[in-house]
Amino acid sequence: MEKFVKMTAIVAPMDRANVDTDAIIPKQFLKSIKRSGFGPNLFDEWRYEDVGEPDSDNSKRPLRKDFVLNQERYQGAKILLARENFGCGSSREHAPWALKDYGFDVVIAPSFADIFFNNCFKNGILPIVLDESIVDSLFDEVHAQEGYELTVDLDKQVIVKPNGETIRFEVDSFRRHCLLNGLDDIGLTLQHEADIKAYEEKRKQTAPWLFAGK
Amino acid sequence: MSAKTLYDKLWDAHVVRQEDDGTALIYIDRQLLHEVTSPQAFEGLRMANRKPWRIDTNLATPDHNVPTTDLTGGVASITDPVSRIQVETLGMNAREFGITEFGMGDIRQGIVHVVGPEEGATLPGMTLVCGDSHTATHGALGALAHGVGTSEVEHVLATQCLIQKKMKNMLVKVEGQLQPGVSPKDVVLAIIGKIGTAGGNGHAIEFGGQVFRDMSIEGRMTVCNMAIEAGARVGLVAVDDKTVEYVQGRPYAPKGDDWDAAVTAWMDLKSDEDAEFDTVVEMDGSKIEPQVTWGTSPEMVLDVNGIIPDPEKETDPVKADGIRRALTYMGLEANTPIKDIPAEYVFIGSCTNSRIEDFRAAAAVLKGKKVSDKVEQALAVPGSGLVKQQAEQEGLDKIFIEAGFEWRNPGCSMCLAMNADKLPTGKHCASTSNRNFEGRQGAGGRTHLVSPEMAAAAAVAGHFVDVRDYL
Ligand code: SF4
Repeated sequence: MEKFVKMTAIVAPMDRANVDTDAIIPKQFLKSIKRSGFGPNLFDEWRYEDVGEPDSDNSKRPLRKDFVLNQERYQGAKILLARENFGCGSSREHAPWALKDYGFDVVIAPSFADIFFNNCFKNGILPIVLDESIVDSLFDEVHAQEGYELTVDLDKQVIVKPNGETIRFEVDSFRRHCLLNGLDDIGLTLQHEADIKAYEEKRKQTAPWLFAGK
Repeated sequence: MSAKTLYDKLWDAHVVRQEDDGTALIYIDRQLLHEVTSPQAFEGLRMANRKPWRIDTNLATPDHNVPTTDLTGGVASITDPVSRIQVETLGMNAREFGITEFGMGDIRQGIVHVVGPEEGATLPGMTLVCGDSHTATHGALGALAHGVGTSEVEHVLATQCLIQKKMKNMLVKVEGQLQPGVSPKDVVLAIIGKIGTAGGNGHAIEFGGQVFRDMSIEGRMTVCNMAIEAGARVGLVAVDDKTVEYVQGRPYAPKGDDWDAAVTAWMDLKSDEDAEFDTVVEMDGSKIEPQVTWGTSPEMVLDVNGIIPDPEKETDPVKADGIRRALTYMGLEANTPIKDIPAEYVFIGSCTNSRIEDFRAAAAVLKGKKVSDKVEQALAVPGSGLVKQQAEQEGLDKIFIEAGFEWRNPGCSMCLAMNADKLPTGKHCASTSNRNFEGRQGAGGRTHLVSPEMAAAAAVAGHFVDVRDYL
């Protein structure tokens, strides 16, 4: 996983509550054998005029002009500003895969669905919970100012607004450690690479047939 | 040193690191891969730019989606595009990462849990994982084996380890001698009937006692295969001479000096005399009768001479409700004798019962007999190309075909509705597989789990019967 320390990016506002995982990535895309490539189908039903299929050429599909991610001013957004209970519904890991693949590294909301919240961390996305009133004011500012950017500093646990104001946020210390160092479960295990190798060396002596190849 | 169970010994030998909170990093000696649960794991490796830690510990074969009819068209002959892509992807991933694959058309291809032991890729004393819950099967050889999820498949590929907490120890001890006509499948179904589908939760189950000592390795695999149906991710049987004899000479088995050293080490793979288990269950093997499941959970099982339970007589309201729902799904009436249930489909196969012994046992019942005309389809599906070949060398295929069975190519087949072999809605099936959940063999299909002998006898009679009347 890539390290996440500090980033500054355009904010896209997703102004609805209870956005579920089926809206984030509709079920016809779950038959895929991949966990990348879901980006073009993120919010598929809201984003395109037609119904997408796994084999559709997304670049040729008619876009819904009024959908937030299709608007010129939000191109290149890496921070998604959302409403309460974001990511509810099924536990599909495809939802964070799609957000990440699209380019989102941060989702800010007053609350998240549990499983989705955890799945985000496993896939290198930082979900940030802020007070409803703060989220409200962020929505106002994003709507008011084109090119609105936020800086998210995970190391200091603050969000910095364009006017220099800061908003503090909480994050589980273990999860913070993993993101700061770019560690997924595999990354964590690989920190013990020396232990694994030492085990293998010892085991080669006691059970050489397990290392005989073939 | 305190006395250890077999599970303790296997665990201790594989701890790479132990954390204070009880989690441990466990070394994995072998990973088996199939097409359904591996694609996103390989994709994850690719995205993170990681390589498999040890390529030679992995072995892949497609099974769930493979058609069991004509295979001469290879992968291209799979008509369902989603199935075909999964099988193709396994092949591509295996080639890209340099992992050995027994692909479609390879005589060694088959159900992973049949292929592993058959190749000697499953060895006593190993830790073995596969993205499939029936990985417990391999414990029959004294290996610590269990199923894992896709993210863990990737974890093992990348690190050769798993993050785990130790389970509790359970001993299921079945003494005495089985009656003729009573098979390993009946033993495990009877165990599940006794302890329930949650009975083994959180435990590694060791199967001990005379019944398992007397049992063949194939039979032990049938038993360990269904440990997961009793809630336990791990099933185990101690290593003995039969285990060693079974492994010797198989392609992946140790050779030369390695072989001698291995055998010496393996002989210690049994629970110490005075080892303590957290839970002990004892049963009398001589009292086990042929079993048939009547409901939608493996614990809904009865002796063949039993009568389907009446929810009105059940005092526990939750259980009564469960019985009612199962009866509705199964289209059965309370108080009906098991023997009155029709067998409209018969399926002999799956990782539970598709080894050579299973076909021998079924063929012994079928020889010179015909499948009843009440049976709409009877399938015999060997667990691997090599099982099929062996059966054909013994002339078993002819017995099945002459009786009216279809003799198919290896794969998971009608064990689950993922390939073309599906049980139609409302039909009752005598099946040697391991799960009778709603829709498991096909939407609306009605599964009755039995042994291969019992399935063969049901095929001849057109309804469930006591195989002992057919021997
Ligand atoms: S035979 Fe059935 S239980 Fe066994 S691996 Fe295949 S689908 Fe799973």
